[in-house]
Amino acid sequence: MSAKRVSYFEASARARVAALVDPGSFTEFCPPAQRRTSPHLAQLDAPVAFDDGVVVGAATVDGKPVLIAAQEGQFNGGAVGEVHGAKIRGLLERAARERPAAVLLLVDSGGVRLHEANAGLIAISEIMRALMAAQAAGVPVFALVGGACGAFGGMGIVTRLCDEVIMSEEGRLGLSGPEVIETVKGVGEFDSRDRSLVWRVTGGKLRRGLGEATRLVDDDASAFRAAAVAALTHHRNAPADLASLKAAQAALTERRATHPDTRDGLEVWRTLGLAQPEAVPMLASDEFNRQLDALATEV
Amino acid sequence: MSDPSLFDALFGAGNHTVVIDGHFVAGPARLGDTPVAVIGSWDAAAVDGDLALAIAGEILRVVEADAGATPRPIVFVADTQGQALSRREELLGLNGAFAHVARCVDLARRSGHPTVALIHGEAVSGGFLAFGMLADRVVALPGAQVRVMDLRAMSRVTKIEFDRLQTLAQHSPVFAPGADNYWRMGAVHALWHDAGADWRAPLAMALAEAVDAAGHDGRAALGAERGGRTLAAAVAREVANEVAGG
Amino acid sequence: MERFEITLDARPAGAARRSTLCGVVASGNLEVLVELGQDPAACTVEVSTSADGFRDIWEAVLADFAERHPAGGLRISINDAGATPAVVSLRLAQAFEDSAGGAA
Repeated sequence: MSAKRVSYFEASARARVAALVDPGSFTEFCPPAQRRTSPHLAQLDAPVAFDDGVVVGAATVDGKPVLIAAQEGQFNGGAVGEVHGAKIRGLLERAARERPAAVLLLVDSGGVRLHEANAGLIAISEIMRALMAAQAAGVPVFALVGGACGAFGGMGIVTRLCDEVIMSEEGRLGLSGPEVIETVKGVGEFDSRDRSLVWRVTGGKLRRGLGEATRLVDDDASAFRAAAVAALTHHRNAPADLASLKAAQAALTERRATHPDTRDGLEVWRTLGLAQPEAVPMLASDEFNRQLDALATEV
Repeated sequence: MSDPSLFDALFGAGNHTVVIDGHFVAGPARLGDTPVAVIGSWDAAAVDGDLALAIAGEILRVVEADAGATPRPIVFVADTQGQALSRREELLGLNGAFAHVARCVDLARRSGHPTVALIHGEAVSGGFLAFGMLADRVVALPGAQVRVMDLRAMSRVTKIEFDRLQTLAQHSPVFAPGADNYWRMGAVHALWHDAGADWRAPLAMALAEAVDAAGHDGRAALGAERGGRTLAAAVAREVANEVAGG
Repeated sequence: MERFEITLDARPAGAARRSTLCGVVASGNLEVLVELGQDPAACTVEVSTSADGFRDIWEAVLADFAERHPAGGLRISINDAGATPAVVSLRLAQAFEDSAGGAA
């Protein structure tokens, strides 16, 4: 293979889309030339972007039709404003009608954009409803999380609504960022500068270990593509019904009992039965997946 | 402070047996002849995993109990200062617990339960997103506060002077706290005034509107109509309907 | 924020060009949108920048770009978040290159 490895973490939203989809298959909706910029950022004298920080469009992946949205984490932390949120919502509404093989959400966001906080919060709840409507129409939604902003705030909730969550260890998934918790509750609650602790509490391996991420991959755009192809091939739709939500309720309740005082991922590795909990952060994703699968087959 | 007399105003004294258990409230009530389920958060709850699961579990119980019968309306009452801020809750995936609550609300909707959310105290970001904002009708009671962040904190984070934010907030609803701002943007359908009034009639009307709205998210269109959110509906429509390659 | 538009004389870009976007609006960076304009002998550049008071430098950097590249007939729009002149030149060159990558 002569293809150069592309770091998903470092790639821009547009570069991620290009690396994920079949070459030449991408058509953008509401492209930059339409200049759907945020009037709310402009009103506060903050720089705007022609795509308002999210790329949305249609493409094929491994020959299958998908709709795809990619948030640009470098622009305002991928935060959701009125236009940004409306583009994602519109894409999900399109999915409910067009029934593509899947929607891919390339999440890279700290949540709501404060310059237009109310519009962003409302937009996220509209995304949540549109996402569940697409699922109810039989369209699976896959989240990909591996950017510098991770998936936090409302986008952390949106990510957990998805049918599959594909993550790298570098990607992080949560609700409140470590900085927010430290600011309000103090450094003793969460030291946001302790990077290894931050990843042990929010990173891809923890999320995979808890069963929240469905696939863990290395920080490599082609690995994300391979995982998306696998999800497209193997995912079986299971619409949320009373039985499945009662099962989820029981599982979430049990998790709180299984990890009664846990505040560090190391304790999760230990409880799960991984041989060397301290070594987990350094494992390549293949090796981590292998150890996790071995535990699953033991049970 | 949440005030238990709220339920007298909503249903009439003697027509409800809502139990307040810390920050969680739930119980049956009657609105005229109609049985109603009340579920929600109390006393500016910081919503943690336990409270999220209590709310979700109660929704599932109501849906299961009404399977095969007439689905009862669900009245969500929301008073939340936001999500609990805790390393442990983050580790256990509080966002996933909130997503689970959202799925349960959606299941209730799809099972035919009309849903109305009443903000009776504060409604702040994450705690509000989880269930209150997903109801088919959202109503703010007198004195209700709705916000993501207060202006001083917002000024610190965005590095925009507080005075400037305050001045802009006079005419723009998009970032400043306030139930009226959410009304203008279409996310709060009605503002009820007159503290201490009898709300049986307006609640019955909100439930009837929820029946009409069921399954359709008309908030962006409402925000455009009220002039507080002029782009969301148009941009979403453009992306939803644009002809590929056009 | 400062906004201004500059029109530069430039050799025609000629062959089929397509609309393209390069770069990201992030601190010390910028995005450059290239589209087709009207006049084949001129390149219009619309700049929106977070750094006030640097119009002279922008004019110099853009004049240099128009001298080095046949940018006539192109309409360029920039959202800048405080990029250095070197970064601006680099992005402009990238965007110009990209815009030649196949017909629209």
